[in-house]
Amino acid sequence: MPFKRKHLLGIEELEKEEIELILEEAKSFSEISLREIKKVPTLRGKTVINLFFEPSTRTRSSFEIAAKRLSADIINFSASTSSLLKGETLRDTVRNLEAMRSDIIVVRHPSSYAPHFIASFSKSSVINAGDGTHEHPTQALLDAFTILEKKNRIDGLKILIVGDILHSRVARSNIFLLTKLGAKVYLSGPPTLLPKEMENLGVTVDHNFDRAIEDADVVMMLRIQLERMSKNFFPSLREYRMLYSLDLKRLKKAKKDVIIMHPGPINRGIELSAEIADSEYSVILDQVSNGIAVRMAVLYLLSGTSEA
Amino acid sequence: MGNRLLLKNGRVVDPSSKLDSTMDILIEDGKIKEIKERIDLKEKDVEIIDCSKYIVAPGFIDLHTHLREPGREDEETIESGSLSAVAGGFTSICCMPNTDPPNDCKEVTEFIIRRGKEVGLVNIFPIASVTKGRKGEEIVEMAELSRSGVVGFSEDGSCVKSSYIMRRAMEWAKFLKKPIMEHAQDPELSADGVMNEGLYSYIHGLRGIPKEAEEIIVSRDIILSKMTGAHLHILHLSSAYSLEMIKRAKKEGINVTVEVSPHHLILSDKDLIPWDSNFKMNPPLASEEDRKALVEGLKDGTIDCIATDHAPHTVDEKMVEFDQAPFGIVGLETAVPLIMDKFVSTGIISVERFVSLFSCNPAKIIGLKNKGSLKPNFDADITIINPTKIKTVDKTKFKSLSRNTPFHGRKLRGWPVITIVGGRIVWREE
Repeated sequence: MPFKRKHLLGIEELEKEEIELILEEAKSFSEISLREIKKVPTLRGKTVINLFFEPSTRTRSSFEIAAKRLSADIINFSASTSSLLKGETLRDTVRNLEAMRSDIIVVRHPSSYAPHFIASFSKSSVINAGDGTHEHPTQALLDAFTILEKKNRIDGLKILIVGDILHSRVARSNIFLLTKLGAKVYLSGPPTLLPKEMENLGVTVDHNFDRAIEDADVVMMLRIQLERMSKNFFPSLREYRMLYSLDLKRLKKAKKDVIIMHPGPINRGIELSAEIADSEYSVILDQVSNGIAVRMAVLYLLSGTSEA
Repeated sequence: MGNRLLLKNGRVVDPSSKLDSTMDILIEDGKIKEIKERIDLKEKDVEIIDCSKYIVAPGFIDLHTHLREPGREDEETIESGSLSAVAGGFTSICCMPNTDPPNDCKEVTEFIIRRGKEVGLVNIFPIASVTKGRKGEEIVEMAELSRSGVVGFSEDGSCVKSSYIMRRAMEWAKFLKKPIMEHAQDPELSADGVMNEGLYSYIHGLRGIPKEAEEIIVSRDIILSKMTGAHLHILHLSSAYSLEMIKRAKKEGINVTVEVSPHHLILSDKDLIPWDSNFKMNPPLASEEDRKALVEGLKDGTIDCIATDHAPHTVDEKMVEFDQAPFGIVGLETAVPLIMDKFVSTGIISVERFVSLFSCNPAKIIGLKNKGSLKPNFDADITIINPTKIKTVDKTKFKSLSRNTPFHGRKLRGWPVITIVGGRIVWREE
């Protein structure tokens, strides 16, 4: 099955087969990064623009490395150095970049659906690299890739996502992806950051972390943003930690071969205790490595070379 | 002798005189001269309009229009807004005070009225703000503004935050026999929200506005209206529970009326396209259950009138990220066909009820003496509708300067065809 989409905007609109295709391609690309010469000519002559309106280290460098290993030309364009400070609209910025004949635009933006908005008028392919509190599709894909690598399957696994679900684009993309691939997805977090209505997405909501973690195959911890506390979503960090921090004692309730994931950057000592972050259960650095392969696969599939 | 017009054989629908039959109407000197089954006059004496396929109704009145002038003439002007109104079948519009400067004094009110008369298409009745500069601190000079011609007071765009200010404003408004028109929305509960809070805001990852933000202010204001006896008019209602409270208040004899906008009767948050800011308005599109409750209120009479909340914004302002875009959609040129198509053509409401919602009731709410009825000596403001005309909404043809509508491309049945204001044909279908 060829990949027919022009853009990768979210996981919500993807079919199960499309997700499987990306993961399959990623598998073949993962080997390239292990070679001594980590480069193939696949996207030679293509221009990729990293258009980042939010600070990001991991995702941005991951896309940059992925594009470079495919021999594409990539330029970085960030809000702080752009003309946005001069009051240019997003539409004008994108159209100007396109006038330079870009093929793929990778967008990170603080507004939910900004990549969809760009795709509504853009000639280039658009990849969502995280939009507001909506989706972060390549993160979910690399998470799925990592789970498959460790567990050989997703179907039937109990996967628990913990933390600020309401504001998490990583959680949203993972919920869409993991339910499509047949996982039993559980969500846990304080009621203010995890509305019960999320159950309509085919997941189980349990505000009691100690109960939700029982027999979990995968535990995905989310970063808690300190600004949520100032808005009174929870009374204090101490109280949050007491209820939703993952330590070894809590981890004992999960399956023996449980893996722990985190999209980074970690608040050590808040959502994860240090002993956990560095433990044998943690696959956090594998996630980062796999990000390259997954993003190479996405760039490749969207560049249209698959039809050649 | 002034101009004379004879409307022949129309289906004349005037709920204020319990009229729904084929009649002729003679208009002379801007007034309704005569209305009876057959008026025979020679063509050389009078302009005759064949209305045999049309509904002839007392002129439609929009209680909720944003004309943007003074201040934002790039979005709309009194002239373009007037044209838009008559092309949508409206003979009178009330303009909201959130202009720049805001309409909080007689100078701005007089300017709007003067400009409206110069344009000379539609009757314009200004609404003044409740507080000076819309700052929520000092009440405007309500008596002077009333004498200058305002028909009500509203902070529209936001609500009257302080219960104390609202109490005093209501006491003055009651004394001057003017309604307080409230944009009911608790500013703290709704802060930073861009769509209705619920399953869809959670799925989209867009910040929500809970319907409780509206309900809390509706309940507070009903209580203050009960206390002061003032006429409270709730603008653009969107929640089912708000409607329940209003129904109960009406039963108890509290002086409250309510309007609803076409988009809240037709769209709900499930229809929202989260990257298209033409679906972003305030109050936001509510849940499907709320929408259905509003339709019930339309049928059972709890809802007094339909108002457009015509809120023009330029293409540039709207062509941005959803959360960055301003709230609001235009409505003057789509309100009548939308309600005709969805609720009248389908038999959900009667033609009589339709006319009450657009004409008789709004006239009563703002206390217009000679409008909202087709009785002799009333102003000859008349809306003529072709109930079988089918046309597609085309925003590129709007008379309004703005294009922000979620209804572009909709094929609708039942359109206004002639608008008569003060006995003069001010608009005819093209």
